[in-house]
Amino acid sequence: MKYTKKTFVVEIIAICIAILFLVPFYFVIVNSLKGFSEILIDAAALPNEWLFSNYVKVWQILDFPRAFFNSLVITVFSNIGLVVISSMAAWKMVRTPGKFSKILFILFVSAMVIPFQTVMIPLVKLGGMLGIMNSIPGIIIMYFGFGVPLSLFLYHGFVKTVPIEVEESARIDGCSQFGLFWRIVFPLLKPITVTVIILNTLWIWNDYLLPLLVLQDASLRTIPLATSSFFAQYTKQWDMGLAALVLGITPVIIFFLFLQKHIIKGIASGSIK
Amino acid sequence: MESTVVTKNAKANAKVETRSTKKIKLKRILSYAAFVGPALLFFIVIQIIPFIMGIYYSFTSWNGISSSIEWVGFENYKRIFTNDQRFFDSFLFTTKFMFAAVLISNIIGFSFALMLNSALKTRNLLRTAFFIPNVIGGLLLGFIWQFIFVRGFSAVGELTNISFFLKPWLGDATTAFWGIVIVFAWQISGYMMVIYIAALQGVDSSLLEAAKIDGANAFTTLRKIIIPLILPAFTICFFLTISMAFKIFDLNLSLTGGGPFNSTQSVAINIYQEAFTNNNYGIGSAKSILFFLIVAIFTTVQVMITKKKEVEA
Repeated sequence: MKYTKKTFVVEIIAICIAILFLVPFYFVIVNSLKGFSEILIDAAALPNEWLFSNYVKVWQILDFPRAFFNSLVITVFSNIGLVVISSMAAWKMVRTPGKFSKILFILFVSAMVIPFQTVMIPLVKLGGMLGIMNSIPGIIIMYFGFGVPLSLFLYHGFVKTVPIEVEESARIDGCSQFGLFWRIVFPLLKPITVTVIILNTLWIWNDYLLPLLVLQDASLRTIPLATSSFFAQYTKQWDMGLAALVLGITPVIIFFLFLQKHIIKGIASGSIK
Repeated sequence: MESTVVTKNAKANAKVETRSTKKIKLKRILSYAAFVGPALLFFIVIQIIPFIMGIYYSFTSWNGISSSIEWVGFENYKRIFTNDQRFFDSFLFTTKFMFAAVLISNIIGFSFALMLNSALKTRNLLRTAFFIPNVIGGLLLGFIWQFIFVRGFSAVGELTNISFFLKPWLGDATTAFWGIVIVFAWQISGYMMVIYIAALQGVDSSLLEAAKIDGANAFTTLRKIIIPLILPAFTICFFLTISMAFKIFDLNLSLTGGGPFNSTQSVAINIYQEAFTNNNYGIGSAKSILFFLIVAIFTTVQVMITKKKEVEA
């Protein structure tokens, strides 16, 4: 495609739209550095005096390092578990064609239609009976259960495109099933593993309702939980509220900016399948 | 003599053989269980068992605390259909919201994709800009926009005197409705754009050249060639936005909290409150089962319609 006058016009229009699109971030960041009364006077202007004290206060009230750590632990371990169990199951199901595998696959996929709200009420009861409420390992186990259908579905589609010949030659060499999978097959699944991790990370990191139901202790709060309880307590105190929001969105935005190529590719391929 | 020895040997061989095939079969089953078992176990415990329990609870008057659970038959469902105006209102709100949100976020997402599909120099930068809101969770987005609607819009309104910005956005039922639609579209259209871009890149450029030579203008090319070719992308995007819009919870909760006067209460919030605020687990379960049925019907109908269009095209 050539760069014509028309393309130039489109480019200018697109840039203007993008700036308008991102204006909310300007408002949030600028006002997070103002005092409360200054926000009320003029929310559009730059701060007269750049106040970082909002951030210092909020950092302590939110117990931000702890919330960040909780979110991180939950996201990382849920991801590891989901990659392990879904990739193994998907590979075995594709390589063992038959009625049983087919029925299982349909069961997994059709469960994707079940809204979270439909299982949440009994899950709270069941979680209590199993003793996995109000604990971080407990919520990780729940993410295994909720994440399996999509992760398995993505791996299932990908394994079908992996040639079986490699596995056969390894089998002749006397490789065990586990050795064969982890040493030969799993490295070949890397592209889809990246997609699975990205989709699960964005979902789990930002999830609000499951942590709300499962994690009651203040010390177990994730970033969304800490932010919402902050807002419940300090309603309309925008000077601190905005600082809390900026702190809350920073980790995931950094994650995105560093991995954006993979993320956009992963999102596109993850939804098309 | 000889023949009996032979048959004996053969029998022994056969025995060994069946034993070893059995062994192989058992080994296969064990290995299948080792690989598929963990995924299946977590899935069944966390999703399938609660789902079945939910169906059972929907026929009881359980309050979540008492150990005795009383069977009430279809009583809960009857009550929801005959005597629960708020649930009906929230269903109506969610359906209206879904139509508006799906339409607007797909129009915006598709327009962004068309724009970025030309040879722009800042293409990657623009794509990043449009996608950013999507990585932020709905809860935080809702709070961010609460500030924008309450303080940001009024500041812009005072500067420019445009009446659009001077409306009482979250304080009025109609504008609050559109407020949620705007935030939803802001969050989702970048996501839809990415899917549409991927589809547009798959369109054969020689077809577009041919259309140009035949004298088709840009709009005709779009309508007659591009859109029919990328219909599968529309199926996906509509499927995704319908289910996301219908299940809206976080964003709705933090932006309006269902207000003003419960006018923007989504079905998901209604179920949550019924169960965990009013402690009516039985009715809450019945609502959640209805919710499941509605989502399932909506998404299947939509996929069927667009798939049919794909075949026709």
